[in-house]
Amino acid sequence: MTWGQIAALAGLGAFHGLNPAMGWLFAVARAMQERSRAVLVKSLPPIALGHLASVAIVAAVVSATSSVVAANIVGIVGGVVLVGFGLWRLLSERHFRWAGMRLSSAQLAGWSFLMSSAHGAGLMLLPVLATTPVVSGEHSGHAMPGAASGALEGIAAAGVHTLAMFAAMAACAFVVYEFVGVNILRRAWFNMDRVWAGVMVGAGALTIALSA
Amino acid sequence: MTRWTPDPTFYPSPRDAAGAPAEQLAYVAAFDRSAQKPDAIAVVDTDAGSDSYGRVVGWTDLPHTGDELHHFGWNACSSALCPTAPHPHVERRYLIVPGLRSSRIYVIDTKDDPRAPRIVKEIPAEELAAKADYSRPHTIHCGSDGIYVSALGNGRDGGGPGGIAVLDHTTFDVRGQWEAERGDQSLAYDFWWHLTRDVLVTSEWGTPDMIEDGINPELLLGRRYGHRIHFWDLAKRTLVQSVDLGDQYQMTLELRPAHEPSKEYGFVGVVVSVEDLSASIWMWHRDGGEFQVTKVIDIPAEPAATDDLPPALQPFGAVPPLVTDIDLSVDDKFLYVSCWGTGELKQYDVSDPFHPVEVGSVRLGGIVGRVPHPSFPDEPLAGGPQMVEVSRDGKRVYVTNSLYGSWDDQFYPDGVGAWLAKIDVGGSGGLTLDPRFFPHGDEFRGLRVHQTRLQGGDASSDSYCFPSA
Repeated sequence: MTWGQIAALAGLGAFHGLNPAMGWLFAVARAMQERSRAVLVKSLPPIALGHLASVAIVAAVVSATSSVVAANIVGIVGGVVLVGFGLWRLLSERHFRWAGMRLSSAQLAGWSFLMSSAHGAGLMLLPVLATTPVVSGEHSGHAMPGAASGALEGIAAAGVHTLAMFAAMAACAFVVYEFVGVNILRRAWFNMDRVWAGVMVGAGALTIALSA
Repeated sequence: MTRWTPDPTFYPSPRDAAGAPAEQLAYVAAFDRSAQKPDAIAVVDTDAGSDSYGRVVGWTDLPHTGDELHHFGWNACSSALCPTAPHPHVERRYLIVPGLRSSRIYVIDTKDDPRAPRIVKEIPAEELAAKADYSRPHTIHCGSDGIYVSALGNGRDGGGPGGIAVLDHTTFDVRGQWEAERGDQSLAYDFWWHLTRDVLVTSEWGTPDMIEDGINPELLLGRRYGHRIHFWDLAKRTLVQSVDLGDQYQMTLELRPAHEPSKEYGFVGVVVSVEDLSASIWMWHRDGGEFQVTKVIDIPAEPAATDDLPPALQPFGAVPPLVTDIDLSVDDKFLYVSCWGTGELKQYDVSDPFHPVEVGSVRLGGIVGRVPHPSFPDEPLAGGPQMVEVSRDGKRVYVTNSLYGSWDDQFYPDGVGAWLAKIDVGGSGGLTLDPRFFPHGDEFRGLRVHQTRLQGGDASSDSYCFPSA
C-alpha cells in the first residue's frame, strides 16, 4: 500500500465512523440506558469488528480478483456496480430494518456487519483497491503473485480502514456521551445516507475513469 | 423525499419532547354511525392566538362509507432516531387511519395543506386479510423497523386471533403478520412497547363477533371478554408471559408504558368489574425476571335511580365508571383516566407509580349527570370524556365523547352527540376547562368524534430510545 492509499482508506474509515447509523449512536444509547461509561467502551470493539468483517470480505475479493484479472476490468466492472448501488441507495427510501436493542457483544457485531453490508461500506473502498496507484515502483500489491496475497492485501486495507473508523466512532461516542448529549442529533445529524450514496456514485465514476 | 436534517418533531428523549412547542392543529377522527355519509378527519385549530381557535377549520372526507374511523397514528415519530435502524430524515407527515368496521386503512398526507389533508393511499381490507390474516385494524404505532397495526380479528370470519400486522415504512404495503409464536393469545386490542427493553405489551377486548353488535350481556356476565395482558419479545416476536388479572376484570384496554426508556413499567385500564361495576387501573412492572401486574386504582360505581338509567343498566341501579381510555403525560408524571359512564376525567399524580394520588377532576356529560360545558350551560351533554390526548408539554388535555358506535347506542340511547373539550393543566396538577374551546354538535356535521392526534406528536404517539438524564 502506498501512503496515498493508506490516507484514502483512513479517510473513508473516518467517514464511516462519523455516521451515527454505523454504530457510535448505538454505543451511546446502550451506555445511557445502563448509565455506564464501561458499556460505551465495551460496545465499540464489537461494532468495529462487524464493520471490519463486512469491509474485509469485499476488499479481499476485489484485491484477489485484481491480482489475477486485468486490473482495469475489475475497476470498470466494480465501478459500474458501485455507481449502481449508490444510485439505488440515493433513490430508494427504504432503510435498514432491525427490531431488537438488547444485544450481546456477538449480536452487536452481527448487527454492525449487516448494517455495514447493507450500506455497501466495503464497496466504497473500490477506487482505492481496484485502481493501480501511480507510484514509482516499490512494492504495491501487484509485486506479489497470486490471488492469496492479493486477498491478504485487501484484508490489510480493510484493517487500516477499520482502525480509522474505530477512532472516529470512539471520538464521536465519547464526546456525545460525556459532553454534548444526544439532543445535538436534532440539528447536527446531517443526512449521511444521501451523502453516502453520493460518495458511492462519485467513487464508482472515479474508479471507471481511472481504469478505462 | 427525505430531509437533510432530522424531522424537527423527532426527539431523542421524553424530556426533550416535553419542551416541544404547542400544537397548532388537532386531527380528529369523525364517523357517521348510520354509515350513510362518509367518515372524515376533522381539523381543529388549537392555536390560542388564532381567530378560529377552538373551531373546526378543515375536513378530509373519505371516499367510502361505513369505515367507522376510530384510532389512528403517524407514519413516523421519535423512534426514527433509535440507533438500531435510524431513519430520522423521513418526515412525520402521513396519518395512518384505519376503518375499524371496514378494515380499510387510509394513508393521509398532512404536509402540503395541514388544514386539508389529502388521501394518498388506501389499503383494502382484502390486502390486510391476504397478507396478514387480520381484520378490524385499530391501534397504530410507528416502530423503528415498520408501522405496527393492531387488529381485533382474523381476516376470515369475525373470530380470533387478533394480533399485529406490520406495514412498510415507505410504501405502506402490508408486510405481514408480526407474531412468530403467539401461544394461546387470541383476543387483541391495544399494544405498545418498551423499545429499549425489547418488550411489546398487548391487551384484550374481544373479537369482532363479540363487539360489533354492541356489548353482549351474556358474554360480559359470562366473563368472556378479555382480562389478560401479554408480554412479548419485540425482537423475536414471541409471546413470553401472559398475566391474568382475574376474569371479573372485563376488558383490558389502553396500555400506557412509561415514556422514559430506562423505566420498565406502565398502566392498563380495565373497563368494568362484573362483581361491583367498578373500573380499575393496573400497573405492570418488572420484578426480577417476570412482569407483575398490580391494581393501583379502584374507581367505584355511582348509585343511580333506575329511571335515570338506560335499559342495559337498570337491573344494577348504578352507573359504572367505564374506564375506556387512559393517557400518560410525556414526563410520566400524570395519568389521565376517562370515566365514560360517570362522565368524569380524573387526573392522578403517578410520580410513584405504585401509589397514584388523585389531584384533579373534571365532569362533563355522563349517563346520569349530563353535566354541560360551562360555556354552554343550557346544553346537557351526552357521552363522557372518552378518548383523551395530552400535549407533549403536558399543559393541555383534549377529550372527545364517543366510544364505539354500537356501544354508544346502548349507554346513551337518546344520542351521544359529538364534542371535543380542552382542559388546561395546573403546574402541580388540577384541571380547568378552557371556556374558549368547545367545538360540538353541528360543528361536527352530525358525525361522532373519537381519537384526537396533535400536530407534531402527542403523549400517545411517540416512543423514545434515549433516557432523559
